[in-house]
Amino acid sequence: MIKAILIFNNHGKPRLIRFYQYFAEDMQQQIIRETFHLVSKRDDNVCNFLEGEVFHPIFSLIGGSDYKLIYRHYATLYFVFCVDSSESELGILDLIQVFVETLDKCFENVCELDLIFHMDKVHYILQEVVMGGMVLETNMNEIVAQVELQNRMEKSEGGLSAAPARAVSAVKNMNLPEIPRNINIGDINIKVPSLSPF
Amino acid sequence: MALKIVKGSIDRMFDKNLQDLVRGIRNHKEDEAKYISTCIDEIKQELKQDNIAVKANAVCKLTYLQMLGYDVSWAAFNIVEVMSSSKFTYKRIGYLAASQCFHESTDVIMLTTNQIRKDLSSPNQYDTGVALTGLSCFVTPDLARDLANDIMTLMSHTKPYIRKKAVLIMYKVFLKYPESLRPAFPRLKEKLEDPDPGVQSAAVNVICELARRNPKNYLSLAPLFFKLMTSSTNNWVLIKIIKLFGALTPLEPRLGKKLIEPLTNLIHSTSAMSLLYECVNTVIAVLISLSSGMPNHSASIQLCVQKLRILIEDSDQNLKYLGLLAMSKILKTHPKSVQSHKDLILQCLDDKDESIRLRALDLLYGMVSKKNLMEIVKKLMLHVDKAEGTTYRDELLTKIIDICSQSNYQYITNFEWYISILVELTRLEGTRHGHLIASQMLDVAIRVKAIRGFAVAQMATLLDNAHLLTGNTQRNGICEVLYAAAWICGEFSEHLEDPMQTLEAMLRPKVATLPGHIQAVYVQNAAKLFATVLQKHEGESDSQVAQETSQLLIDRLPLFVQSANLEVQERASCILQLVKYIQKLQQKNVEVAEEVTALFAGELNPVAPKAQKKVPIPQGLDLDAWINEPPSESESEDEKPKAVFAKEEPKHSRTKHTEVDEKELARRREVRKQEQANNPFYIKASPSSQKVYDAPGVEHIPVVQIDLSVPLKVPGMPMSDQYVKLEEERRQKAKAERKKKEKKKKREKRGKERKADSGPESEEDIAPAHQVDIVTEEMPENALPSDDDDKDPNDPHKALDIDLDKPLADNEKLPVRTHRPEVLKSPADDRDSESFPLETKKKSSKEKKEKKDKDRKKSKEEKKKKKKQKEVEEEPLESQLEEAVQSEEIQEVASPPTSTSAEDVTAPPSVTTVSASSAAAPDSEPEEPKETEPEDTVSLQKLSKHKKKKQKKEKEEKEKKKKKRHHHHHHHSDGGGEDSVQNGTVEEEEEEPLPPMSNYSLLAENTYIKMVYDIQGNHQDESKVVVSVIFENKSDSFLKSMEFNVLDSLNSKLQRPEGAGPHDGLTVPFQLPPGVSNEARFVFSVQSIVMPQKLKGTLTFIVKSEDSSTHEKLDFRLHFTCTSYLITTPCYSDAYAKLLESGNLKGSSLRLEGINMPFHHLLARICFHHHFSVVERIDSCASMYSRSIQGHHVCLLVKTADQTVSIDAKCDEPSLLGNVLDEIKQTFSKC
Repeated sequence: MIKAILIFNNHGKPRLIRFYQYFAEDMQQQIIRETFHLVSKRDDNVCNFLEGEVFHPIFSLIGGSDYKLIYRHYATLYFVFCVDSSESELGILDLIQVFVETLDKCFENVCELDLIFHMDKVHYILQEVVMGGMVLETNMNEIVAQVELQNRMEKSEGGLSAAPARAVSAVKNMNLPEIPRNINIGDINIKVPSLSPF
Repeated sequence: MALKIVKGSIDRMFDKNLQDLVRGIRNHKEDEAKYISTCIDEIKQELKQDNIAVKANAVCKLTYLQMLGYDVSWAAFNIVEVMSSSKFTYKRIGYLAASQCFHESTDVIMLTTNQIRKDLSSPNQYDTGVALTGLSCFVTPDLARDLANDIMTLMSHTKPYIRKKAVLIMYKVFLKYPESLRPAFPRLKEKLEDPDPGVQSAAVNVICELARRNPKNYLSLAPLFFKLMTSSTNNWVLIKIIKLFGALTPLEPRLGKKLIEPLTNLIHSTSAMSLLYECVNTVIAVLISLSSGMPNHSASIQLCVQKLRILIEDSDQNLKYLGLLAMSKILKTHPKSVQSHKDLILQCLDDKDESIRLRALDLLYGMVSKKNLMEIVKKLMLHVDKAEGTTYRDELLTKIIDICSQSNYQYITNFEWYISILVELTRLEGTRHGHLIASQMLDVAIRVKAIRGFAVAQMATLLDNAHLLTGNTQRNGICEVLYAAAWICGEFSEHLEDPMQTLEAMLRPKVATLPGHIQAVYVQNAAKLFATVLQKHEGESDSQVAQETSQLLIDRLPLFVQSANLEVQERASCILQLVKYIQKLQQKNVEVAEEVTALFAGELNPVAPKAQKKVPIPQGLDLDAWINEPPSESESEDEKPKAVFAKEEPKHSRTKHTEVDEKELARRREVRKQEQANNPFYIKASPSSQKVYDAPGVEHIPVVQIDLSVPLKVPGMPMSDQYVKLEEERRQKAKAERKKKEKKKKREKRGKERKADSGPESEEDIAPAHQVDIVTEEMPENALPSDDDDKDPNDPHKALDIDLDKPLADNEKLPVRTHRPEVLKSPADDRDSESFPLETKKKSSKEKKEKKDKDRKKSKEEKKKKKKQKEVEEEPLESQLEEAVQSEEIQEVASPPTSTSAEDVTAPPSVTTVSASSAAAPDSEPEEPKETEPEDTVSLQKLSKHKKKKQKKEKEEKEKKKKKRHHHHHHHSDGGGEDSVQNGTVEEEEEEPLPPMSNYSLLAENTYIKMVYDIQGNHQDESKVVVSVIFENKSDSFLKSMEFNVLDSLNSKLQRPEGAGPHDGLTVPFQLPPGVSNEARFVFSVQSIVMPQKLKGTLTFIVKSEDSSTHEKLDFRLHFTCTSYLITTPCYSDAYAKLLESGNLKGSSLRLEGINMPFHHLLARICFHHHFSVVERIDSCASMYSRSIQGHHVCLLVKTADQTVSIDAKCDEPSLLGNVLDEIKQTFSKC
């Protein structure tokens, strides 16, 4: 089982949190902080697993030494999965890769800004990958297909921000001194050498 | 209206959407909190609007704020509103928000049940998908119970997308509502062979998750998984299955043997590292389970180790890490194979990655031998010096201690070396593990007698230099060491060279800054030292020293008497008085030394940490019974250990000392024991020593780092390094010596209980430096070997420990007909309903016995049996129908699991049969009258034979229990549990068993289809009832396009979807293959519930056979009884009494003559058929309660005497009551 999925940036700002077990909001924030604290001080060339006992602040928060953190660091973002012993470590690493590649496909060269402004969309994509803490689908094409079908459906309904609102939003944007979309904070490099041919 | 919509959308234009919110937050970095709070205010405004789009937008923003840590539970109701929007866009937002912030105690969740159910059956697969995804995150026990059946139906949905989601969510449903596991399991199992790989993978996922927690229940699936493993090419599925096998093999060694080959093949063939790694892991698990008596698998071990070596040597840190992890598993059973890779592992100790170093440390544990222990520890000590972070350093410290102390100090040849290592470790700054070092010091000093002299000398030096350890702060973890030092010096003071000096060191004013519990030990042991000094010097002519010592104590102790710590104060004042008295005696030249020493006389023995737990409870001792009741003879025995363990109040302990020694001695001993009872390391050496003291709560001492800039170099302290050299020399010498007396094979005798060493490097050659006498831990006589004390009682998976091979019983159906069945059963009610399945079982076991007796007259017997069955069956006609819903599954399960393919892989037959035998009967039999073929009897014969065998087997097993215990352990306990329940019910009411009952009654029937129905009220909606209809296809053709239609009356209307006309039929959401049945539910709205009603209706459907399809219809009449408006509601007797007292209820009564059934049956029938609950029952009189969906209270008082039952009833609606009573009358007139 996957207990939690956290995405935060190099400064520990959460970009997506998904807990599969209930924690109160302050607890969630504490877990994010502790996880960031642990993960951020690790070099990029050390292993991607963090396990029980030794690092207890976080593990006592999450609930036991059966859990481990499996994470990947892409450019400005950390993708952290908290899983128990029923998950294969390398499998989860692959799953993160699949997830990020899916994001890349859905957002066309995904970068942190996409995640910042479209948290909901990221959630919808994640929902097609993991459900209730269990791996739902690992085939990227299948995931992308389902996401797109749902997006199409949303469009046919007019979407959340229908045309007039969008026009207004464009006007609103023009008034802003800077349009954050133009800030280039670097793309997420997803071309990480794949560990385990799957 | 139109204006409103326009206005709404204009408003919307100026609403912030999610992007605007995010942008805003980014632009207000300085006053983010303030900005967000204004945003939340805006959101609150938006939520108040009617426009659902505005609401959805607001909820979407809330989801973002939730991520930032804002509590948004206040908007829960709005989230539900958005969830119930008909537009997918909004629905999805709503469900997302719900999945992020709903949890079990969110009260609005109750409101979602119907909405979710609607979404689940939506024609749009994405509505269903979104609902499933959301539900998977916030499912509660209530939701799980109410929706279990809907989700189960979805498992057979036409779209794989929905199927896989439904399969996955079942796991969550099982967790929240364990009763659903058995009914749903057959279908879940089916999904293992689903054509869609995604669904298959989901099913594997769920079963693996279930099996991981309760593996024994899933052993029978092993052949299926085995097939999957050899056929599947999906690595995800393979990994899960292989992991599952890892969990199953310890339970069934034969499975392991089968697995080795395919796994080895996979290891050779796969290119996926993840799969390879899991294969290796499972092979290791297999090898562990086979570890005894399997000589042929050394090749597999070699293969694993070899592959792992490749992983460890890989440049990828992840592989390296996992390789080490797996290696440590092999280490436990095959240390030799791992030891040959010592070089590699030692190399990993120098890795830059801390995680990898830690894993390598784990491995070291098994790498050590007598020969290399010192070398390895030396290396670790170097790491300790180098380590920067305290975490890693502390880990190193514990590892060093672990390595050295493992298996009773097996690898230590020189304890002087070990003590000096421990002393060196005390130099660590700011470590948390002071107490660990301390307990090691104590342990070694106590258990290794030969080392005491050396240890005492070391400890004395430590005490002398205590200031270096404590530094500036008193709250330093390492000062725990002083606790041990003081105690060792005191207890073994006879070894001290200069007790006077140590005594002086222990009474320095600075000691007063130490933590209280350490001071207490100081004071106590100062007294011991005092006794030693006295004894040493008393014989001498000049008693100067002795008197000086007394004076020293009298001078210094007052400091402790003033201590704020009670313990210290008490001990100090006690000892101070004692010393003052002694001083007086000394001045009179009385010899006191002997008596003072006697205060501290006695020898110590260590006791195993779990000794207490393992003391079996003496037969006949009931720990829960009142203490005063049993005669007082047992008191002396039972109470003694009890009092000893009450360590909070040690004073109690010695009040009842039974030893009759010299009076004086006994008294002194008592005093001494009393004083020392608080010291965890004082353990009485009496033969009945079943005592354990926990380590003191040192962990609670907060740890503060001190900045000790001066490195601690204690003068005169030996360095452990020199021991390494010394040891080397000693070994050389020993070797040389041994060569001289080569032929004499006299091994040195080591400690009595030390195992014969299996270490690799001809360890026998290395003799310990000291004649070491390691005292082993004491265990109580007849200690139990069990070790099952580590299980977490709160584990939700415990509830899922359910035997899945047993066929389904009547009462196990998923609750489909009741909308919200008995939320809170009253205890009496509970008992009644529970007795149904058990009693049918009893009947069947009776039958079994009969069969056994009349075994030879087979033909006769069968006739009889059939008769009997008919008797049983006739009444509950409907119960069959109920069963028919799951008839498929039942058949599948009922066939004994042993008949599955690949018998070798299944559990041993006796295992499964023990549990199956008791339950197989009741369920397979009711089905038989349906089929009248001759086959039937054959199978029956088989069955009875089978049973006989099993019974025999059971008997045998009982006799051979001890032999077979290993295998059958858990199954036995299962059976035992059942027995006891049965006994329990028998004891409670020795009355006739109750025949099975069902509320489903026939709606209509023709050659194609049969419909049965049940009507239940709806808790939440006072004007709705749910009609559950089970459709059974009786034909050989496929039934499809079923439409259900009812002619509405003024009072009762079928709820049709929006947009449908008042005469449109409802499509039944499934098709029926031949012989299959399924259930659909229809909601009706009713206005008045005081009168029963009948509605006419029609079912139309298409019968599709191979060559033709015809349109058919079937008319029916739905009968809404008044009973169906009642909902079982528990009521407590005081509330009931109040209700009756209120006087608002009008009465009515009913007499039933010639009722010939036990009273509890009668009550059970009323409860079951008429939705009442028993409030109270006294003898042949009972009060019952129920409530209508519109809140009418219905109270009954039921009395019985001589076949006459009188029912006095009260209700606030007389006509409702009258009708209910009529219906009750009818129920009983039928029987």
